[in-house]
Amino acid sequence: MEQILKVNGSKANREFINGADAIVRGAIHAECDFFAGYPITPATPILLQMVNELPKVGGVAIQAEDEIAAIGMCIGAAMAGSRVLTATSGPGISLYSENIGMAIMGEVPIVIVDCQRMGPATGGATTTSQGDIQFLRWGTSGGYPVIVLSPTNVVECYNLTRKAFDLSERFRVPVFLATDKETVSTNVTVNTADFEAVPVRERNLAAEGIDFIPYRVGQASDVPDMAVYGGAHILRFTTSSHNEKGYLTKNRDDVGRLNEHLTEKISAHIDEIAMLNTDLQSGADTLIISYGVTARSVTEAVRLARLEGKKVSALTIYSLWPIPERQIREVLDGYKRVLVVELNHGQYLREIERLAKNDQEVIGLSRVDGGLISPSEILEKVGMR
Amino acid sequence: MSAEILNSYLNETTLPYPFCPGCGHSMVLNQLDAVLVDLQIDPHKLVIVTDIGCVGLSDKFFDTNAFHGLHGRSMTYATGIKLANPELKVIVLIGDGGCTIGGNHLISAARRNIGISVLVFNNLNFGMTGGEHSVTTPTGAITATTNYGHIERPLDICGTISVNGAGYVARSTVFEKNLPELITEAIAYDGFSLLDIWELCTAYYAPKNQLNKKSLERTLASLNFSTGVLHQEIRPEYSHAYRTVVTEQEEEALEPEKTSQEQFGSNLSKEVDFIIAGEAGKKIVSGAAAFSQGALKSGLWATQRNDHPVTVQSGYSVTELKLSPEEILFTGTTRPDVIIVLFDEGLKKVSPQINELCEDDTLYINSDLLPVETRAKVISLDFTKAGKWSGKKRLWCVMALAELLRNTNYYPLEAFQAAVSEQKRFAEDNLTAIEASEGLISFS
Ligand SMILES: Cc1ncc(C[n+]2csc(CCOP(=O)(O)OP(=O)(O)O)c2C)c(N)n1
Ligand code: SF4
Ligand SMILES: [Mg+2]
Repeated sequence: MEQILKVNGSKANREFINGADAIVRGAIHAECDFFAGYPITPATPILLQMVNELPKVGGVAIQAEDEIAAIGMCIGAAMAGSRVLTATSGPGISLYSENIGMAIMGEVPIVIVDCQRMGPATGGATTTSQGDIQFLRWGTSGGYPVIVLSPTNVVECYNLTRKAFDLSERFRVPVFLATDKETVSTNVTVNTADFEAVPVRERNLAAEGIDFIPYRVGQASDVPDMAVYGGAHILRFTTSSHNEKGYLTKNRDDVGRLNEHLTEKISAHIDEIAMLNTDLQSGADTLIISYGVTARSVTEAVRLARLEGKKVSALTIYSLWPIPERQIREVLDGYKRVLVVELNHGQYLREIERLAKNDQEVIGLSRVDGGLISPSEILEKVGMR
Repeated sequence: MSAEILNSYLNETTLPYPFCPGCGHSMVLNQLDAVLVDLQIDPHKLVIVTDIGCVGLSDKFFDTNAFHGLHGRSMTYATGIKLANPELKVIVLIGDGGCTIGGNHLISAARRNIGISVLVFNNLNFGMTGGEHSVTTPTGAITATTNYGHIERPLDICGTISVNGAGYVARSTVFEKNLPELITEAIAYDGFSLLDIWELCTAYYAPKNQLNKKSLERTLASLNFSTGVLHQEIRPEYSHAYRTVVTEQEEEALEPEKTSQEQFGSNLSKEVDFIIAGEAGKKIVSGAAAFSQGALKSGLWATQRNDHPVTVQSGYSVTELKLSPEEILFTGTTRPDVIIVLFDEGLKKVSPQINELCEDDTLYINSDLLPVETRAKVISLDFTKAGKWSGKKRLWCVMALAELLRNTNYYPLEAFQAAVSEQKRFAEDNLTAIEASEGLISFS
């Protein structure tokens, strides 16, 4: 399959940590040097650790007056040369919304952690959920793309945080880490040997001495070179529809070119972003699709089913957005029945339904009472128990 | 960067200003340009941050770094820029509308004394959207949204931030002669400075309220709003203060606290799930954490999930733990094999789970809490047998877990002791308590 960030079972270097610890460590190893956040369960531990740890590596971390300020500070800092992270939960993402759009418009590399909790509204602060999956994709006006990665366990919290920084630099776009209460706050044994040193991508700064045009790209799918405040070039940044010089414009050619570019720089590179893992069994009629915390139950369910001689395949999706459509279609091919397991009312199910063929039965298993979907619930749903 | 003298910071190619004839914004921008020429700030080191509104069009006319952000949020971007690079001079151009929606940012930036200079283009209404009232609109004023007369009182921006930490605060009308000096002082100030500039929106507010140079001054006077420098104080600038505070800390990068290498063995052949039910402040979480670390030292995998009411210092403290010879994929709640009940608050919380236990399961319970009805095997813990430790309720959790290990040998007690010794703060007490715990349990 595409890129797989794998967990193996060696006994060396075990630690007892949670997803928040792993995200912080991943961010610092990704050379994150600016964090702003606002306390909210279950994301608070990330803020607490960042304010303690970032100064030790020469960075800055601050508790902002609200979530709007938190992401605003991050965006300002990013354009002044920092590698930035913020972390919140659903209610905070709601307040980030307008600035997420600005980060898309101004092409800001920023990593945003969403520790999903039960919604709507204040919902259940200490209850796990996967209810923000469509919200992250469509959570700002205009409908322009972002990247959303979802780790299934604590080790992947580390690995995908590093990957998120890499992709945010590569595409100058907000990259979300869609995790959840259970993964960030439950301590588990991990093998730090499984932590992957995703290389730190150099910021693509425009060369000195050239005539710098802040939003100039060759092709629509290219990502413009960056400049930062205080660097070699004068930089114009704007939240408004702009021409390549960063001046507000209504000129249809310029506006059209800009908006095509914001979409194409992501859609043309889905293969580069796609991250999936398959565990396919030949002769199986049933494929179980999952992501995030739910994927762990699926893995266990598949193991139990096979112990009893039943045939079943599984697909885990790490890069939820942009949807790796081609890759998913390839995996779907040939299965009679597809089950999508998630802690919401079928938010990714609708995507899979769209990608499946007419003769494939696509069903969902969801749970919204705050409990995790257990392996036995999954087996029951597919009649393997 | 360049040493040459700049005669203007304006960008000829983007001029003229698009503002209505007589709009105060044009007048302020010309003054700002003159001040910049005076100060000769390197345009590479200068960032003009603008807000939305007619005033938000302003950055375009300057040949400096520019950040044109969302309505009312310019203080947040300016704060991020300054924090990331304290060498930069950051000037915010904001409207009274921006101060309306972004009031919290204004106060917060002042309280921090972050080194940004805010020029408020205060035309007493939202110009761009058609002359609606803003936070500074005087009582009685007619605006698009107060056709019958405004009944709110205007915010005293300067007064508010003066009592909330701003380093330099001044007010002026756009017509005053010393405006350039005030702009200069505000920009030169090393800390949070704000200059509230009262001016005319000639499209909306001025015609609707017969406002002109003269009546503008009368309005100020009627509100008791004086002009000139209103407040000055010397406080550390935030981005520098931050760096001073943190460099006093040790410079050691985040590294794993300790890797729990396997040192002991274990005979555990399948997953065992536990619940420890205690109450707040009784070291349930840290006792369980030591228990998990002991498992790691014995080559087992563990998971630990803690639950307590939002008010952490009262009520139950319940921890779910799992131990397994293999990686544990499903961390969610399952029917536990073992429940350990130490306190009444915990008992109330987990009694539904106790009801679900069956014959193969075990309930370890503080003998004070007996009798309980259950199908499980009951093992009572009599803490009065622990001698001088019996009254130390904070130690009951580790004592119970030590007895559980002696009884079950899920993993060696020595591994638990080694884990407890790593929890520096209470290590000594905990280790002695573990010794004293031998023989607390009895079977019923
Ligand atoms: C979130 C949001 N709400 C509303 C608006 C619409 N809007 C544009 S400008 C403006 C008011 C600007 O007033 P002010 O800051 O005083 O600037 P002026 O036009 O008077 O110079 C508003 C409400 C917006 N751009 N964003
Ligand atoms: S509408 Fe008012 S603020 Fe806007 S340009 Fe015209 S006079 Fe100036
Ligand atoms: Mg105004």
